[in-house]
Amino acid sequence: MAVPVQHYLVLSAILFAIGAVGVLVRRNVIVVFMAIELMLNAVNLAFVALARQRASMDGQVIVFFVMTVAAAEAAVGLAIILANFAQRRTLHADEISTLRG
Amino acid sequence: MPEATTSLLRWIPLLPFLGTAACIFAAATGKKALARATGPGVILLAFAVALVSVGRFWSLPAGGSLVDHVYTWIRVPPLDVAMTFRLDALTAVMVLVVTGVGFLIHLYSLGYMHDDPDVARYFAYLNLFTGSMLVLVLADALPVLFIGWEGVGLCSYLLIGFWYAELPNAIAGRKAFVANRVGDAAFLIGMFLLFWSLGSVGTPSLSFPDINRLAPALAEHSPAIVTAVCLLLLVGATGKSAQIPLYVWLPDAMAGPTPVSALIHAATMVTAGVYMIARLSHLYVLSPVALEVVATIGALTALFAATIAVVQTDLKKILAYSTISQIGYMILGVGVGAFSAGVFHLMTHAFFKALLFLGAGSVMHALHGELNVFKMGGLRKHLPITSKTFLIATLAIAGVPPLAAFFSKDMVLEAAFAGGYRVQWFLGLVAAGITAFYMFRAYFLAFEGESRMDPEKEAHVHESPATMTIPLLVLAVLSIVGGWVGLPHGFLWGDRFGDFLQPVFATPAAAHASAHAAESAAHAGGHAELATGTLLFLMLLTTGVALAGIFAAWRLYGRPSEQPSRLQERFRPAYEMLANKYWVDELYDLVFIRPYVATSRFFWKVVDATVIDGVVNGVGRVFDGSALLWRRVQSGNVQHYALAMVLGAVVTAGYYYWVAR
Repeated sequence: MAVPVQHYLVLSAILFAIGAVGVLVRRNVIVVFMAIELMLNAVNLAFVALARQRASMDGQVIVFFVMTVAAAEAAVGLAIILANFAQRRTLHADEISTLRG
Repeated sequence: MPEATTSLLRWIPLLPFLGTAACIFAAATGKKALARATGPGVILLAFAVALVSVGRFWSLPAGGSLVDHVYTWIRVPPLDVAMTFRLDALTAVMVLVVTGVGFLIHLYSLGYMHDDPDVARYFAYLNLFTGSMLVLVLADALPVLFIGWEGVGLCSYLLIGFWYAELPNAIAGRKAFVANRVGDAAFLIGMFLLFWSLGSVGTPSLSFPDINRLAPALAEHSPAIVTAVCLLLLVGATGKSAQIPLYVWLPDAMAGPTPVSALIHAATMVTAGVYMIARLSHLYVLSPVALEVVATIGALTALFAATIAVVQTDLKKILAYSTISQIGYMILGVGVGAFSAGVFHLMTHAFFKALLFLGAGSVMHALHGELNVFKMGGLRKHLPITSKTFLIATLAIAGVPPLAAFFSKDMVLEAAFAGGYRVQWFLGLVAAGITAFYMFRAYFLAFEGESRMDPEKEAHVHESPATMTIPLLVLAVLSIVGGWVGLPHGFLWGDRFGDFLQPVFATPAAAHASAHAAESAAHAGGHAELATGTLLFLMLLTTGVALAGIFAAWRLYGRPSEQPSRLQERFRPAYEMLANKYWVDELYDLVFIRPYVATSRFFWKVVDATVIDGVVNGVGRVFDGSALLWRRVQSGNVQHYALAMVLGAVVTAGYYYWVAR
């Protein structure tokens, strides 16, 4: 018996929510990035599950795109964090607020 | 009415305005010589053009006029005002007086203002004044007249406060302007009322020919409006011509340079009110009420000002009150319907009053600015030309025949008597006696007797240069012969002056004829014929009164006497009242100025500073405060921003999912 698609979608939603909360709440910027990756992968899961259900390749192709973008974004983001760390010597999100109004 | 068109008239005021431009340039570039040349020069040219124009006018048939239409100024239907200049008999007289006497005063100023560093600015203002006055008298429409009216008022302010570095001079200038302004407000309201009401009897227009043509119809339609217009314009005239109640600026105006006092406050600007009423004679004769008011104000002012002059110690102040008093005679003349008599006195007064002021200036020049007659004395020895011409002018103003003012003043009083204005006639007669008295008091104290001069000043006393004495001499001649053009009826060639002016004016009798079409318009001169015997008696009366005044002045001041001080003591209250000018300035201060200033202060401190600024600044502060709160959103913390995004997304999705189905 195949796993019903709803199970995958619920899992995807839960993972997305965990990722979202992680972005908003965690103070270590590396952990925030991990949470972003988690959100992206949650979305990938949803795409793949629905693609299987509809027997269409479109969803799976999109996943490729998302993964690529996620990788690039991770690279760039970590470069920013490194540059920031070189200046500030901190990874605490609350201390990176020189753009305050 | 025969008219001849020309393009010559516009040059009469234009030349002085060009002079103003040249003098402004001279003032800005420091070329004083340019101003000294062009200032008087353009006036001489204007006088020449005026002579040519009057010559051309002379060859026109009676009642004709020269017309110069320059351009259309306002055309907003139904209002159509053209910048047109018209030279008729009245304007001819005025133009010649303004440019002629004006030139003499410009010439005098060359000497008087020679060492003044601001001489270029002086001539600029003086030329601007002359140009404006010429616009005033040449105007063919009431708004154009008003341009000149305002212009002379402005120049009066500028010239009174010429030495503005001294605060009292600036204050005097401001006082003149404000008093004039009050009159001008009434003038404007009168003008608007006239225009608006003429619309109910024809095409409304403010040109003098149209006003004269439509006036009888307007009087039929609503006589009250005619009276209202006349009275409002009269208020304007009292401001400009320094009559009760708006005369208060003239004595203070003596703060300006003395030639200014001669030109503006003796010969020309202050006569503008008289001119305006004479120009609108066709309107005024239709309102006997207004004429009565005019005559009464004139007579009262004549007497009132004369009494104040009796106790003045400042020579120019004596002359200032004398001017107010003499203009009262002119106003009385036009008020009893004897318009040519009023203008006649205007002309003779221009001669002798300008001479008196220039003479005073000559005295000031000799004594380094001394004006207290009690610090003069015996000047006849030192200033022969000045004292002799001053004496001629004093005899003239006192009304001693055969000098000028005798004929003009007598004509006014005779017209008042004949017209039945007995009260005003009597006031004028008494004023004439007082005039003779105070003028000779001034003469004796300044020029005769022993010297009471400051020894330092006495050492340097000298007669004035030719540029100042020549105008004195010319004006002296005019003061002697100027009255000979207006002799009483039946004497020699009679009233040539009145005959010359006759086509311009309406006469009270003639007005009735046109309105009621029943009487014969046989009465010339606007007043009933007097028997020769009565005429002679009146003339003897005025001469007698004048001689009595001179005699009294001689008794009190012609030789050393304790009488004046004793009289001053015995009549202390009366003396105080006169010396304090009847406390009119204080009254105005209490009734008008203080409440006005208090109201202004209220509007400033409460309404403007507290309320309006409060609201405006308050709005600003509200935004400022709220911005302070909103700024906190920009925390610089990325996670705060991310939270905002998430919340926004949730709200939007929720809206679309649950609300906007």
